[in-house]
Amino acid sequence: MQIRPILSSLRRNKLSAILIALQIALTIAILCNCLFVIQQRLALSQRPSGAAEEGVFVINNQWVDEKETNLTASLHADLALLRSLPGVIDAYATNSLPLTNHGSTVGCNLQPDQVSVTARCAVYFADEHGLQTLGLKLISGRNFVSSEVNDLPSIDSAQASAVIITRELAQQLFQGGPVAGRSIYLQFQSQRIQVVGVVDKLQVPWTSATGWGSTFNDNSVIEPFRYIAQSFYYVVRAKPNQLAQVMREAHRSLINGNRARVLERIRPLSEARADAYRDDRGLTLILTVVCTALLSVTALGIVGISSYWVVQRRRQIGIRRALGATRRAIVEYFQTENLIIVSTGAVIGVFLALGLNLWMIRNYALARLPLYYAPIGALTVLLLAQLAVLWPAQRAASIPPALAVRES
Amino acid sequence: MFNYYLTMAALSLKRNLAVTSLIVTAIGIGIGASMTTLTMFRAMSADPIPQKSAQLFAVQIDNWGPSGKTLDTGDSEHLQKQISYTDAVGLMKARAARRQSAMYATTLAVTPANSQLEPFQVPARAVYADFFTMFDVPFLYGGPWGAQDDAGGAAIAIITQELSDRVFGAAINTVGKLINLRGQNYTIVGVMNKWNPVPKFFDLNREKYGPPEQVFLPFTWAIDKGMESSGSRNCAGPLGRGWSSLLRSECIWIQFWAELPTSREAVQYRDFLHRYAAEQRAVGRFNWPPHTRLRDVRAWLVYSGAVTTEARLLVLISFGFLLVCLLNAMGLILAKILGRTAEISVRRALGAARREICTQFVIEAGFIGFIGGLLGLVLTAIGLFGLREVLSADAGRLTQLDPVDMGLTLLIAIAASVGAALYPIWRAAQIQPAWQLKAG
Repeated sequence: MQIRPILSSLRRNKLSAILIALQIALTIAILCNCLFVIQQRLALSQRPSGAAEEGVFVINNQWVDEKETNLTASLHADLALLRSLPGVIDAYATNSLPLTNHGSTVGCNLQPDQVSVTARCAVYFADEHGLQTLGLKLISGRNFVSSEVNDLPSIDSAQASAVIITRELAQQLFQGGPVAGRSIYLQFQSQRIQVVGVVDKLQVPWTSATGWGSTFNDNSVIEPFRYIAQSFYYVVRAKPNQLAQVMREAHRSLINGNRARVLERIRPLSEARADAYRDDRGLTLILTVVCTALLSVTALGIVGISSYWVVQRRRQIGIRRALGATRRAIVEYFQTENLIIVSTGAVIGVFLALGLNLWMIRNYALARLPLYYAPIGALTVLLLAQLAVLWPAQRAASIPPALAVRES
Repeated sequence: MFNYYLTMAALSLKRNLAVTSLIVTAIGIGIGASMTTLTMFRAMSADPIPQKSAQLFAVQIDNWGPSGKTLDTGDSEHLQKQISYTDAVGLMKARAARRQSAMYATTLAVTPANSQLEPFQVPARAVYADFFTMFDVPFLYGGPWGAQDDAGGAAIAIITQELSDRVFGAAINTVGKLINLRGQNYTIVGVMNKWNPVPKFFDLNREKYGPPEQVFLPFTWAIDKGMESSGSRNCAGPLGRGWSSLLRSECIWIQFWAELPTSREAVQYRDFLHRYAAEQRAVGRFNWPPHTRLRDVRAWLVYSGAVTTEARLLVLISFGFLLVCLLNAMGLILAKILGRTAEISVRRALGAARREICTQFVIEAGFIGFIGGLLGLVLTAIGLFGLREVLSADAGRLTQLDPVDMGLTLLIAIAASVGAALYPIWRAAQIQPAWQLKAG
């Protein structure tokens, strides 16, 4: 295949060639960055929360009555009721849990009155039933015992008698050293608190890709409190395959036990996950649609322009065929021409993709594009372009040699 | 003449239906994608209260000082987005602005008088009477409570029409009726008409694009009753026991807005804030130089990040995509026009001036753009519908297409395709009549 005649013919169609190359370059730049964002958001929405989410549901309970003594008694009664329901494995009450996007943080420190915190961490309250309800994996130490658990009115801050922390938090506090027998200080508290156990994983309540919580995603501390508040969560684990039934039963018996309350948003943890990551999944869906549309527009454009070139060069093709060029040679001509234009665009596209990524890192706090994305994106577009040119090329190849004679 | 060109355009489009539909599709898809995201972006960055946005100011006071930096909840300027109860009371007492209101969000349980209905939760907001006049809140019945009620002596509430309808049935004037909130009866003094500033500029902590709260209570009353904030609360120091310790603390959980209609008043208020912080330093509460800030609505929205990173990313990508579609259309229009050199030569030879050739092709390109724009509109509608389906209810509220946007879409499409056709048209106008005739 001779490149020289292709180049000289391209020189006559300079602008069209440049337009195609530019289009290819932009397509690659956008494609790579879109695919990267899609991949990142998918990974984000699949992050484990640490809880065995299957079979767990959450009830947001708000009391109508506001007297604190009543709240404590009601909470104890509710917990006893929930745990006694058929189909319930365990239940507890808490201020917050993963995937709710609502909770509080504290500085986890190694010294009292530290000026800067050692690690920022999310605060979860649970009694001795918390671990089993959420299905958290204890990797060292032990669970709370009932004598450690106290009632905590929501406004108060009290010193916990012990804490359980996540592996990631333990790593940040003790740099991989042994945790047994270690203590931590919670910010603004003067007494040290013993770490009695370490769980493998427990995500913070916030799920945003770049917002609050994203920098300390796995730093959680569990304090042995029963949370006494106007509004809080009951978390319940149902026996396998009994979730729907237990959810209905829990709602009914809680209302029957005490009508002066609002039970809002009773939902399985799996639904909380879907809600928490809805916008991330939405974004990936939108970007997928955009990418598909982008590739189709680019492919169709190539089909269109190549078809024009075929029409424009009918006579020349006829002459070449009359002079002995095979059909294959004609197809190859168009494919090579396409390859030259598209590879030029692809090279620009790879740099553009990296440039766009750099710009997005600066402005949108996006991560760095892995190096293999750009070449793979370029290759994909290259193959697509070759496919797109195939049909016009075959039409060119079917131009009869006699055409040259007839039209002159 | 215009009609003639239009007929010519229609004829030429029909003759090359395949390529024409390619061009129209390319423009349509590009316009559809970019308008879909732009609609969302515009809603996010919209001015929620255009008639007053330059006169309303959010107040920031640094009550943590330089050590607050370690809490990593502040911004680059080292300021918190909310203020403490102590400062809220201090600023309300001073009444240094024409109008002002401290405010915070809470959640209330409503028990309908009709025992058939179960109690339910509503978002509520504790405010001062100025809130309603300051933010031009429309009323269906009744109106704001009086200044004397700001003292918190009476169980009164202002509710939305939506809540009124839900509890009492539709289309009833419920002013004067009682509503049971948190187990206690409140007298309704006003029913708000539909009011939905997007973004919800006065409190962007949760559901930035969501509707305002459904119940409004006097601030002082809510504080006296110990109604906890349902928004965010940050503390820079230890909390003792009980509600009163929160009120005494330096925790920040209250928003504060002031109305300052003239720039002179704004300057004076800035001075006042500085003096206030200096006084706090003098009494030993702050041990750092005064650090305060006043931002109007637009500045506040930018500062608080009302437009999400995701939205900006989408707009960027969509416009990149539109550019690809335009390049594509340009290439196709070029090929299309250059394919018609014979026709142009004949017209030139028959006496058509360059200008007339240009007019003809501009009209043709505009026509293509118009059809592409129509397709784009359909795709935008589909796209927005799709966004509503896949996004959360909060973000999904931003997907309303208004007539202005629709007109804008068509205009952009026409302008884009004429723009893309300019160079090909210029090339077409250069065609020499004689050459082509000879060649033919």
